[in-house]
Amino acid sequence: MSWTAVLALCAAAYALKAVGAVAASRAPDAALSERLEVLVVPVIAGLIAVQVFGDGEHLVVDGRAPALLVAAVLVWRKVPLLLVALAAGGTAAALHALGW
Amino acid sequence: MLPVDRLLRDSVSIGLATGVYAVSFGVLSVAAGFSVLQTCVMSLVCFTGASQFMFVSVMGAGGSAAAALPPAVLLAARNGIYALSLGSVLRRAGWRRALDAHLVIDESTAMAHAQRDPAQRRRGFVLTALTIFACWNAGTLAGALAGGVLGAPESYGLHAIFPAVFLALLVPQVRSREVLACALAGAGIALLLVPAAPAGVPVIAAVVAALPLMLRRRA
Repeated sequence: MSWTAVLALCAAAYALKAVGAVAASRAPDAALSERLEVLVVPVIAGLIAVQVFGDGEHLVVDGRAPALLVAAVLVWRKVPLLLVALAAGGTAAALHALGW
Repeated sequence: MLPVDRLLRDSVSIGLATGVYAVSFGVLSVAAGFSVLQTCVMSLVCFTGASQFMFVSVMGAGGSAAAALPPAVLLAARNGIYALSLGSVLRRAGWRRALDAHLVIDESTAMAHAQRDPAQRRRGFVLTALTIFACWNAGTLAGALAGGVLGAPESYGLHAIFPAVFLALLVPQVRSREVLACALAGAGIALLLVPAAPAGVPVIAAVVAALPLMLRRRA
């Protein structure tokens, strides 16, 4: 495979991060920085939704959905992150073994 | 629980899960025809999992670089939004900021924003990013060298771990009804766009849901 393609991807991936970082450092005041923080909320929420229900160009409900539900209950009960992760993974693995 | 600091423990947990994914990336990349060195350079320098997976999948399926780059770059674009939101977390001085920018990924961003105290934000960002950087690259090398010894990540539920982790890191940021509405709208926008838009776009487009909140706070 061509090095040009690999290096192009590397350059693009870093440039995108750098553009955001430079723009953030140009924020004139702390109040604007604080307002920009809220940008992350819907993006992470969208990421969760796509990771749970996305399958290429399709939406599917499989073992990941109940796993997220289990995670939601544990997060609400303020269970440590590691246990939340293991419980979600375990739920999805068990359902996957059952053919989900 | 062990008397280990919570942030450290959480970072290591996420790092290990990422490491297992990295092994499957290494396997997939070499199977797609990339050399071990190329595979490792991608993980070291791109350091953004979703677009690396996309890139090697398209090229492995016989696609050209011209076909593989746009979807991979779209998946990496959300890192720009993350960096923009991390103004108070990234160091300001030139080369330090350049170094910090490299560490901006889903997990480090979510971990930073899940903390309330500014010092803890910085610490969460750095700990998570460095743990993942170590595990991601070690896993990539292992996978590239070893080949397909592990089964599909689905068989041990890895694909469900990441949304669970992001949920746990998102919840502390939802401090009002408006922010909750913004999160739900973001999820809704992303889901609506999955069948209609190329991979990567749904998640970036979700940012639109933050606009009402940003404009109102300005007033």
